Amino acid sequence: MTATDVRPEAPEAPPQGKDKPVRVLSFSQNLSRWDLKVSPYLYISPFFIMFAVVGLFPIAYTAVISFMEWDLVRNSGEFIGFDQYIWILQNPQFWTALRNTFSIFLLSSVPQLVFAIFIAAMLDKNIRAKTFWRTSVLLPYVMAPVAVALIFSNMFGDNHGLVNNVLTDLGLTPIPWHKDPFWSHVAIATMVNFRWTGYNALILLAAMQAVPRDYYEAATVDGAGAFRQFWSITLPSLRPTLIFVIITSTIGGLQIFDEPSQFDNTGQGGAAQQWLTITLFLYNIGWREWNFGRAAALAWILFLIILVIGLINLLVTRRLVRDEGGRGVSLSRKKGPRR
Amino acid sequence: MSTTPPIAMVEQPIATAGLGRGRNRSSRTTKIRGYRAGFWVYAGLGVVILSAVFPYYWSFLIGSGDASTISDPDMSWIPGGNFLANAASVVNDPAVNFWPALWNSIYSSTLIAASVVVTSTLAGWAFAKLRFKGSKGLLVFVVATMAVPTQLGVVPLYILFAELGWTGSVGAIIIPALTSAFGVFWMTQYLQQTVPDELIEAARVDGATMLRTFWTIAVPAARPAAAMLFLFTFVGAWNNFFWPFIVLDRRDPTLPVALSLLQSNYFVDYSVVLAGVLLATVPLLLLFVVAGKQLVSGIMAGAVKG
Repeated sequence: MTATDVRPEAPEAPPQGKDKPVRVLSFSQNLSRWDLKVSPYLYISPFFIMFAVVGLFPIAYTAVISFMEWDLVRNSGEFIGFDQYIWILQNPQFWTALRNTFSIFLLSSVPQLVFAIFIAAMLDKNIRAKTFWRTSVLLPYVMAPVAVALIFSNMFGDNHGLVNNVLTDLGLTPIPWHKDPFWSHVAIATMVNFRWTGYNALILLAAMQAVPRDYYEAATVDGAGAFRQFWSITLPSLRPTLIFVIITSTIGGLQIFDEPSQFDNTGQGGAAQQWLTITLFLYNIGWREWNFGRAAALAWILFLIILVIGLINLLVTRRLVRDEGGRGVSLSRKKGPRR
Repeated sequence: MSTTPPIAMVEQPIATAGLGRGRNRSSRTTKIRGYRAGFWVYAGLGVVILSAVFPYYWSFLIGSGDASTISDPDMSWIPGGNFLANAASVVNDPAVNFWPALWNSIYSSTLIAASVVVTSTLAGWAFAKLRFKGSKGLLVFVVATMAVPTQLGVVPLYILFAELGWTGSVGAIIIPALTSAFGVFWMTQYLQQTVPDELIEAARVDGATMLRTFWTIAVPAARPAAAMLFLFTFVGAWNNFFWPFIVLDRRDPTLPVALSLLQSNYFVDYSVVLAGVLLATVPLLLLFVVAGKQLVSGIMAGAVKG
């Protein structure tokens, strides 16, 4: 691609015409100016128009509905103030769902990060067939969460599941994966971990590869072993990426729905709400009980929770990133490679 | 989980990892003691890959048996011969609607991915290289919208589509997904780093219109990033469940929704369920075999680098 490719067939607006009248612009020049001014807005307009229709309007409307007793038949609502919010906050199921969501989130994000770092460290070594290993690690990512959920809930079957069969063969007691809240969270978290560990490993790998190799060379000269190098060079350099991965997995984790909804065949979060999550609760209120006012209020509560967690993340990020000397998770533009 | 890949913040040029530059460090690294991969690294990676492949194998194992396989404590690790029969009962079950679901998934994901690529390239080009009032603020706004959870919009969107009579049709899942904030940001970052400003100035001096400049400079430059964005959006749209589950009805589902129906129809016969799961996974698995490398470099390219 060279500049010669862009030579126009018909020179519409010769910028240095010989007998160009001063100050008076020709029609094509006017067109060109107008083109220059309006085009950028035209190019970005599809996103903003779509966002206004399917993003902004629904968010605002959700807020309106959340203050209403919504009538499905008339398709309108009656204003009742904060009653829906009060109903949600006084409902024990909400608190169970909140606990479950955080429990599943912690059980999935913590081991996931630890494994991802180790996998990334292995991939960062000078291995043969790099592409093969990297691609294989991503294999779980393409499987639909619903498919993952169906396979794993089979493996975690209470009576004849693979995991319990193995446990019995080892002489251990089988685990009540579907009855006990904690174990059901472990099973669901395993599904999340299966799908996302390799993905996060690749993100961390990219960050590891950006660490100047000279550091390792110098450390080797100084006599630092592999473990010491990992601890003192690799991990500190990963900090901004780690924070980024934590933030994104928090936002995703708090919205978890697919896996818990497919963990059994009723999809209601368990007989005693063992694995009911907030989004699953929202679905149950909205599309099983058909109470849109309450569902909308719950959606806003979820959003506020995500916002608070996000803000906490941001504050922590800022604090940690500051000592990294400006490198960090920022929207920095026009920065060249640092090395 | 979120459907867009969470790989937004780019510090270094996307091009380095994406286009294969900067990978040739191996010759330098071989000299470093403790850096060369030993047996344990291969063993560790082998375990990782086994656990990545195992669920696929497991669904084939169960899917190729019969209803009693799963409850048999001395189950064989060699697949049985019933896979085709089980797959056939999934495909032919009128309650599951496998073929319509497959078709819906293919065309909705393709349309969504194509639209996201086009709109993101246009917007990304404007944000990266064109000067206009408010561009910085608008870009920040675009990025901020990524934090809004899906759940916040589902109730009114459902009401809206119900009013329009679109609930139950695939249009209801295509329309809201036609643009993507992530895509816009991804393209902005990529084009910013890849296209030199002089090239655009040259085109302007030569009198090219904005659209022509876009077509002759931005589009060819954006191609690698567009390919990755297409893949990510496609995979995300294909696997999306929450909104399709709400808005589609059982007669006209997408594959993930059809899978969830499979479980309620056949919950006793897991061989049929898992045969169906594997069957529904095959198309994306094929895509992955063809394009896995691009997906990998896409993830690596979009990551934060310290």
